[in-house]
Amino acid sequence: MAATSTSIQRVRISDISPARKISTGVVEVLVALFIFAVFARTVSAGSITTFVMTPGGITTGQMGNWVIPSQLTLYLLAALSLVIGLFQLIRGFGKITNLMVGLVFLFFIFSFLTWQAADKSLNLAGMLSSAVQLAVPITMGSFSGILCERSGVVNIAIEGMMLMSAMVGALMGSLTHSAWLGLFFGVLSAVLLAALHAVLSIKYKIDQIISGTVINMFSAGMTAFLSQKFLQTRQELNNPAMFTRIEIPGLAEIPLIGPILFNTNFFVYLMFALLIILQVALFSTRWGLRVRSVGEHPKAADTLGINVIRTRYMSVLLGGMVAGMAGAFFTLGSVGRFEEGMTAGKGFIGLAAMIFGNYTPIGALGAGILFGFADSLGSKLSLLGSAIPSTLMSTAPYVITMIVLAGFVGKGHVPAADGVPYTKE
Amino acid sequence: MAPILQLKGITKQFPGVLANDHIDLTLNQGEILALLGENGAGKTTLMNILYGLYQPDEGEILVNGEKITIHSPTDAINAGIGMVHQHFMLIPVFTVTENVMLGSEPVKAGDFLDRPKTAAKIMEISSQYKLEVDPNDYVKDLPVGVQQRVEIIKLLYREANILIFDEPTAVLTPQEADDLFVIMRSLVKQGKSIIFITHKLREVLDVADRIMVIRRGAVVGEADPKQANRNKLAEMMVGREVNLVVEKDIKKPGDVILSIKDLVVTDQFKQVMVDKVSFEVHAGQILGIAGVQGNGQTELVEAITGLRKSVSGEIKFKGQSILNEPPRKITELGSAHVPEDRQADGLVLPFPVAENLVLCTYYKEPFSRGVVLQYEKILENSEKLVQDFDIRTPSSLTTVGSLSGGNQQKVIIARELSRPIELLVASQPTRGLDVGSIEYIHKRIVQKRDEGCAVLLVSPELDEVIELSDRIAVMYRGKIIALLEAEEVAKETLGLLMAGIVPDKIEKPQGQRVVETTF
Repeated sequence: MAATSTSIQRVRISDISPARKISTGVVEVLVALFIFAVFARTVSAGSITTFVMTPGGITTGQMGNWVIPSQLTLYLLAALSLVIGLFQLIRGFGKITNLMVGLVFLFFIFSFLTWQAADKSLNLAGMLSSAVQLAVPITMGSFSGILCERSGVVNIAIEGMMLMSAMVGALMGSLTHSAWLGLFFGVLSAVLLAALHAVLSIKYKIDQIISGTVINMFSAGMTAFLSQKFLQTRQELNNPAMFTRIEIPGLAEIPLIGPILFNTNFFVYLMFALLIILQVALFSTRWGLRVRSVGEHPKAADTLGINVIRTRYMSVLLGGMVAGMAGAFFTLGSVGRFEEGMTAGKGFIGLAAMIFGNYTPIGALGAGILFGFADSLGSKLSLLGSAIPSTLMSTAPYVITMIVLAGFVGKGHVPAADGVPYTKE
Repeated sequence: MAPILQLKGITKQFPGVLANDHIDLTLNQGEILALLGENGAGKTTLMNILYGLYQPDEGEILVNGEKITIHSPTDAINAGIGMVHQHFMLIPVFTVTENVMLGSEPVKAGDFLDRPKTAAKIMEISSQYKLEVDPNDYVKDLPVGVQQRVEIIKLLYREANILIFDEPTAVLTPQEADDLFVIMRSLVKQGKSIIFITHKLREVLDVADRIMVIRRGAVVGEADPKQANRNKLAEMMVGREVNLVVEKDIKKPGDVILSIKDLVVTDQFKQVMVDKVSFEVHAGQILGIAGVQGNGQTELVEAITGLRKSVSGEIKFKGQSILNEPPRKITELGSAHVPEDRQADGLVLPFPVAENLVLCTYYKEPFSRGVVLQYEKILENSEKLVQDFDIRTPSSLTTVGSLSGGNQQKVIIARELSRPIELLVASQPTRGLDVGSIEYIHKRIVQKRDEGCAVLLVSPELDEVIELSDRIAVMYRGKIIALLEAEEVAKETLGLLMAGIVPDKIEKPQGQRVVETTF
């Protein structure tokens, strides 16, 4: 009788409802018209757009500029978007609908850049390079989130941990004149906050959102206080030794990719190293299997002799460590001094990247780079002297975050016991 | 030779309850010992002590004649004791291999999982004990019966010799249960010893070598399954004589009250759970929906009661369409709903009994005037219903959450049945209740039917459906695959239908059919 249950398959009503099909198509056609009417029509016929394909100040792995006729490119992109939109309206793309939306979105961004840089030159490689840099705190923040939430502890305090680590990193980096010691103490401060979060949410079973919020507010207040009291009044305390750019011999010579990925900041390498370590550790080791089991079904793990409480403590502390590295990036890898509130919500966007990336390190990296790109788009365009105010452009990453969360959440798998304290019977 | 397992004088006190009162138990090598008792008799507590989840206040545990202490499941596993829990301890998003290896993973090169090694061991166990399973399947994709096999493999992988099965058949179809019994037999034949916890008499008589009955935390006797009979076992279990058969007269059904046509309902993942279902329920008729849980019954009931939006089809109550109407409107038309999960959907646990009794009517005269609730009337109503429906509560102001399951269910029954209704939708009305409450609730449902109410009864307990229903619909994977007169169908046939197998011809019951109350 065993062969009974798989004979009839359940039908799944297609994810793409008729309304979704039409609305997607309409949006795509509107994008096409927008590219045509706003971008293509306002560019003069003979305009040339120049994309520089080597980031500024780099001498290895150089590549020639990419020169394209602006208007022709825009007409072409508008036409392609229109074709996709019309096909969507008439036939529908079915399963690859989202892929097509992504493609039209890409066309739109590229059109926008072509339009903005008409008769000028835009450093596209520099933009990509800074996208990767800007992705560092977001991606590492989401790695921290993955570590915590895969074990079943919601951690919205990553933002606060990052801010604290940035401040402590700057202070200690200045005092010791060593970037490594700055990093060490920054990470230590974040781990202490993580320990607080762990005790509150694992031992005392306080609502994890509240515990996280409290830590964020404490961090914001404490760093502001210390910064005003010491860092701003005595500049020598806010002038840390920094991690410099490291060039990897050979690989740095590859055109386009070399300058972006192999001749860059220490923290970018750290991000990729963490990516590999986490991805392998979570899915191929005993440690990872146990962490995931505790986040999915702690009681089952407990009945098999796994120490749920200890596993969760470990994961939250490791998460704090990674959040600390992300925070230290601001002062020791990027800006070189501490400013109040300088993490600017990157920890929260990291959580969005974690969800968007379906709680996997590799997915989080992809999402982090997308958010980073949105960020660098804003800053690059204000340099170009764009008509769009730079303050408005700087909201782009947040707008993208909202769109992404509204459109994609609920598709992936959230750890089943995420945010639920474990009580032994 | 010493018995493989001995418990001596195990005592466990919970606040207000003596869950285990000096229990002695002996398990011999190679036998199946059935532990029989009602819900709350203390069977599960005893087994949790044995598995290290609770610590006993008194008593000792001996394995192979040696005294051991068990502080945690790890200790139990090391002593060769394994448990198949009532609610599976499996992680749905893990593969069979990952579930089996978790906690005692073979590793190579430091900490890397050796999945192939575990998979090979699983295949070995699988062929030795005839436990068919694919190590690479994800547990969430497996039918419940196979998931249970994974649980058993987990124990064998850890080389457990004493296997505890805690109510293993609660989630299975009758056929899957029979498969399980074959597996259990094969396990003891190969030297394992089994403790089988259940409250179902049929199973005990089918599979056990020895029966031990527990009541209110104490052992009340042992029995030999070859000599015992159901009535005697039931009496031992409950402590009084039990009427195992519901009295029910033949009744001619009246007009169509509820009619459903081509109804399609999906779950939150847009998966079709109710797939073009059509049926009718007449006045004075009980239509029972049989089927293993999770085959769309929940969604069907929610669609009828207005709690879930339907995709397409037709639901008519007394000729009027109630498709996708709000629940209050459906209720006001004269329908009642006894929900599947009484604590989540049926009651507001922190509210007192009196308020729970007016949850459908509080906004109407006489319970409220304008926006002000009339507590005098609400209490008056409560006093009367507590009396009429025999709700055992210290007072009308006691919170419902502090009552026993049976009395909580009586509060719902009282609230729903005391209104003038023409349709009763009862979903698993006796789930987890003791025999006394089951008898009472069955009587009330049949009484309502005799008064001319149309009743839709949904239950995964086959015996309950057979016993109460006038007609039986079998639901499988969202479809109604058979609609039968209750008198004309044998229990075995229904069991097959529940597993999705449609026999060539529907067999009629032979002679007088005896059905027992499900407990």
